Amino acid sequence: MANAHVSDTAHHDDHHDQPATGIKRWLFATNHKDIGTMYLVFSLIMFFIGGSMAMVIRAELFQPGLQLVDPGFFNEMTTTHALVMIFGAVMPAFVGLANWMIPMQVGAPDMALPRMNNFSFWILPFAFTLLLSTLFVPGGSVAGGWTLYPPLSEQSGDAFPMLIFAIHMMGASSIMGAINVIVTIMNMRAPGMTLLKMPLFAWSWLITAYLLIAVMPVLAGAVTMLLTDHFFGTSFFNAGGGGDPIMFEHIFWFFGHPEVYIMILPAFGIISEILPTFSRKPLFGATSMIYAIASIAFLSFIVWGHHMFADGMPEAAQLFYMMSTMLIAVPTGVKVFNWTATMWRGSLSFEPPMLFAIAFLFLFSIGGFSGLMLAIVPADFQYNQTYFVVAHFHYVLVPGAIFGIMAGVYYWLPKWTGHMYNMTLAKAHFWLSAIFVNVLFFPQHFLGLAGMPRRIPDYAVQFTDWNMVSSIGGFAFGLSQILFVIVIVQCARGGQKASAIVWEGTHPTGLEWTLPSPAPYHSFSTAPEIR
Amino acid sequence: MSVTLGDNHDSNSAPPSRGGAWLRGLCLAALGVAAKAEANTSNGYNLPLGVTSLSHDIYALHMEVFWICVGIAVAVFGVMIYALVKFRHSQGAIPDTTMVHSTKVEIIWTIIPVVILVVMAIPAAKVILMMEDTRNSELSIRVTAYQWKWQYQYMDAADGINFFSTLARDSNFARQLHSGIDPKTVPNYLLEVDHPMVIPSGTKVRLLLTSQDVIHAWWVPDFGAKRSAVPGFVNELWFRVDPGKEGIYRGQCTSLCGRDHGFMPIVVDVRTPDDFKKWVEEQKAALKQAAAPAGDPPRSAQVLSTSTN
Repeated sequence: MANAHVSDTAHHDDHHDQPATGIKRWLFATNHKDIGTMYLVFSLIMFFIGGSMAMVIRAELFQPGLQLVDPGFFNEMTTTHALVMIFGAVMPAFVGLANWMIPMQVGAPDMALPRMNNFSFWILPFAFTLLLSTLFVPGGSVAGGWTLYPPLSEQSGDAFPMLIFAIHMMGASSIMGAINVIVTIMNMRAPGMTLLKMPLFAWSWLITAYLLIAVMPVLAGAVTMLLTDHFFGTSFFNAGGGGDPIMFEHIFWFFGHPEVYIMILPAFGIISEILPTFSRKPLFGATSMIYAIASIAFLSFIVWGHHMFADGMPEAAQLFYMMSTMLIAVPTGVKVFNWTATMWRGSLSFEPPMLFAIAFLFLFSIGGFSGLMLAIVPADFQYNQTYFVVAHFHYVLVPGAIFGIMAGVYYWLPKWTGHMYNMTLAKAHFWLSAIFVNVLFFPQHFLGLAGMPRRIPDYAVQFTDWNMVSSIGGFAFGLSQILFVIVIVQCARGGQKASAIVWEGTHPTGLEWTLPSPAPYHSFSTAPEIR
Repeated sequence: MSVTLGDNHDSNSAPPSRGGAWLRGLCLAALGVAAKAEANTSNGYNLPLGVTSLSHDIYALHMEVFWICVGIAVAVFGVMIYALVKFRHSQGAIPDTTMVHSTKVEIIWTIIPVVILVVMAIPAAKVILMMEDTRNSELSIRVTAYQWKWQYQYMDAADGINFFSTLARDSNFARQLHSGIDPKTVPNYLLEVDHPMVIPSGTKVRLLLTSQDVIHAWWVPDFGAKRSAVPGFVNELWFRVDPGKEGIYRGQCTSLCGRDHGFMPIVVDVRTPDDFKKWVEEQKAALKQAAAPAGDPPRSAQVLSTSTN
């Protein structure tokens, strides 16, 4: 197994064994590990920024009546919270994990296009500075929801073009990152690593990358049409000029639905790596798992109408979208069953990555059940635009995507830093997060069924109790995340030395575990042999 | 006479859909609810049973899917929990590393979910077709959404009645930032308006929904009726409140429409057909009185409602 410490002299003159020092290392980074680290640190910061906005939301919703913020500002918070979490926290975190792990997992020395990789990352701090600065411009941030439906989004003030530009930048970053992933996986796998031998995390990212390339340009188109409607007299979405606001919804959700699968497929990949390791047993049905991810990705393109059931859709479309949406439950169910079968007759231990993976299994499934309920069109008329939807997507995104990311970080952190981390603190982080995420989001199912609409800063008094419970859960969940930062920072600084396998007593598959911990700055400069 | 496509489509009488009838009966029995039950608003945990055949059908579908999900969850989570307890490394479990794949099992756990989905989809499809059938409506009302209020313009026998419906004053004062007024002291806080929509029970009411500015949505949970109000377009929805279910029903705008999205509620005052006729006559008389002596009565007189509670 090749394990190169010495750089090839065939490399560029500036190439050193050791990384550059100071700011240049980061500003001009082309090393996938450095870029991965930057993405992950960036996403953690964004997670806390988006999280503070959520705290403002839950603080206002703690009691009926308006105590803290103007309703317009509240709408800015809900809008910006979503934009920051989706585009600033979840997606960059997955890209960071991809950058760190894909080259190592496929036995490649780096990503295929390292300079484009650098550019992909550095766009993001600019894009988010622009986005967050809209909070301070006249008119405040865009407040029409992250879904930006016109005509409401056209009522935005100075923030509007800033947001559109920020979205374009984020989209460009994602597209370039996706290209990098595909080219790396298709062209740079070590000899002997056929696609079907590739680890599930790499597979999940291969498919996610195709989704990104397919739909980010659609978002770009949609927001550009909003821009031209606003400034250049077009009427794409203005009925008075012959346009159609519902067309925006179609275009947006054609992006939006695959987008939510973009946000979960890499988590599926991570879980498929972690469960076998800590069950000491291979992933059950690995090939079907790959086919399941591919089916989910394909189906994700033909379900977008389920976000629009109540908008005046003809019955034929309602029937079609209901059935295609329900169908996604099949491959997703296959995955849940396969994960369970992986644990069945295994030998399970409960280190922090495994704890998060198990919580994912239970809690993501709950999100899946509420999703199935939402697919039933007549019932959706009662759930649509209520807190039931909010509960659904937060279950799949927080104990789904976010717990998947945390599981991946806790799994691979010793490989990156060379140190084991404080297990006690990490487990405390897990238990507090797992308990309070439910206190925060489960009551929202009740609120939605009881009739509370979403995106409102104040509510009728019958919704008081569950809102109070949810807010308490929110504050506790938010505070618990500080433990995550402490664990990571302590681990980066020092700790018990980690072995190559890291998780002693398990037999993790994947080339990354053949490298020492920390993984060398340049790994697999010579391709490993795959048997 | 209406052409029926099946047992669901003769919406002039209110036959239960064949698919949903036994479910509805089961649910009603399960709730211990008799015909004139007070299941008008949600119990705080679940959807309201509601007061229209549509809301009943939706409730039945919802409970059916809910229980199926609970069943699947109990089974799947049960297996997971069993595995977590039984197969622990700390208890000396030896992993069965030969258990890596089984085509047979994969096929079974693909086919069974498909069957379950088909079972769910069939009654749902029937309800969709029934919901979209707005033929033979007996009363149509044009509903226009504004930022941030509703306008109701009646048609058919009530033609000419036209008024706006805005958040009630006491709610409006209490909801201001730092108002110092405790919402609990305001009756029907945020769910009260100055002029409610008045409709007759036992009548197929059709709403023609549009907007003057941005996208809004009209929703009354107890009717099971929600539709978006899109500027430049007219959406239709219908509902028929069961006879015997007269009363006040409340809902809210359900599509983010700007700053006061949370402050433009909907109140519907359902009356018996006779009381409704009286109300229509009163409104028309008031319109005539408000008319200028010479010239036609104004089309949109602001009605002094005698119907507030």
